[in-house]
Amino acid sequence: MNNIAELRHDFPLLTRAVGDQPLIYLDSGATSQKPQCVIDEINDFYSKNNSNVHRGLHSLSESATSKYEQVRDKLAKYLAVSSQEIVWTSGATESLNIIASGITQSLSSNDIILISALEHHANIVPWQQAAQLSGASIHIMPIDKYGVLDLPNALDMITRLKPAVVACTHASNTLGNITDIKRIIGTANQVNATTVIDGTQALMHLRPNLSELKCDFYVGSAHKALGPTGLGFLFGKYDKLNALPVFKTGGEMIDTVSFSKTTYRNAPAKFEPGTPNISGVLGFGAALDYLNAIDIARLKEYEQTLFKYCLSQLQEIPGIIIYGDMQYNIGTISFNYREEHHYDIATLLNSYGVALRSGHHCTQPLISELGIQGTLRVSLAFYNSHADIDTFITALKNSIELIEG
Amino acid sequence: MLLAKSLPSLPDCLKTDEALIRGCESKVWLHIDLDESQHNLVLVGDSDTRIVKGLFAIVLSMYSGLTPAQAKEIDAYAEFETLGLIKHLSPSRGNGVRAIVDTIQDKLSQW
Repeated sequence: MNNIAELRHDFPLLTRAVGDQPLIYLDSGATSQKPQCVIDEINDFYSKNNSNVHRGLHSLSESATSKYEQVRDKLAKYLAVSSQEIVWTSGATESLNIIASGITQSLSSNDIILISALEHHANIVPWQQAAQLSGASIHIMPIDKYGVLDLPNALDMITRLKPAVVACTHASNTLGNITDIKRIIGTANQVNATTVIDGTQALMHLRPNLSELKCDFYVGSAHKALGPTGLGFLFGKYDKLNALPVFKTGGEMIDTVSFSKTTYRNAPAKFEPGTPNISGVLGFGAALDYLNAIDIARLKEYEQTLFKYCLSQLQEIPGIIIYGDMQYNIGTISFNYREEHHYDIATLLNSYGVALRSGHHCTQPLISELGIQGTLRVSLAFYNSHADIDTFITALKNSIELIEG
Repeated sequence: MLLAKSLPSLPDCLKTDEALIRGCESKVWLHIDLDESQHNLVLVGDSDTRIVKGLFAIVLSMYSGLTPAQAKEIDAYAEFETLGLIKHLSPSRGNGVRAIVDTIQDKLSQW
């Protein structure tokens, strides 16, 4: 099996510089870097195989269609589900919109939508729309003062409130917390709630097995798992997926069309109008092949070692405040330095070549629950090294010195 | 950041929503008025980040003490370019400086 520490050499961008400093990329939570094989696949498609799918009878189109549909099979296998349960979307955000707007019609003012305090705006705002249109109310599964989901309380809320929908993240994009979604889904299934899991951050780090998790819906974005931007997926248990109304209409998704009436195809085709993101899907196929070739246990072990190392180095700096679950974590650390604004430190770190995220990370309600303005966020991936962390820590200490000086 | 330290902090009571400049990544408050002689401009402001506050101090030094007519002639954003500062700013921070300058010019046009 491959040596995880060597894999970083497959990522050409990691060798570049920022100004006169080598790049230290610690922003994989925003988007992952791409291995050469993904870049090559997209390049090959446009230089050798470009054609539309599901259309022409000519060889090019048949070959593109076949490769395109094979990627659906690859993702289905990666998630341990069936291919017809996978819909290609533009990203996790669109996937959540398809689900929330689709469920809206079946909600009434007696219904409750239960979401966690950790959610990204993409798993809050579509539900607010659904609530506004249907009269349903939104309740929040709370976190403790460190930003960790209060699981007993969450499970109790599910049992007590009997929500129509439970929407929860598999891993927090801001804090990295891994949610115990197996127990949340299990309890939600007991009260027949529809379960919607945002797997955007978990997809690459945890390789979720959906046949074990037994959720109704699970969404993610290709670009956070080595694939290209502009592509995401929506998994739905077939009956629940096919029961959702169409979201966008057009060509490809129809069965028959006359000027008076149109009938739609079944899922997944009914949710995929127009020409799809073919190069994106093929690139993501290469990303899935790449991930599948890595032993998941070793990948997790390597990422956890990096995470614990980074955590211990940060904890040694006086004045650093760390948020989130430090035990069950995908390798994302949110922190602040004393009362200093995250903006100043992120700006200084950039001058040392360190790329990390600062701000509210599209989780304003979570940030406000923590009683802060924002955080600095380091999000690690298996292509990071211990040397990356050493350089980051030195740059952070220098930045603090400049501020205190 | 040294410049930021030279600019006194605004008391919280002056950090009002009306004084807040839109279009900045960090919070920037600006008050602009004429002095007792009713001839020359007085500008006070603050930011919640050190770096923007330092940039803000430069903007204030360009306008303070001028008459509104003189101030209207100033293109502070162009001055930043001349100083070579814009190229050191990310687009968001560059836009932040522009937002501050635009707000000042907007207020000047009301006189």
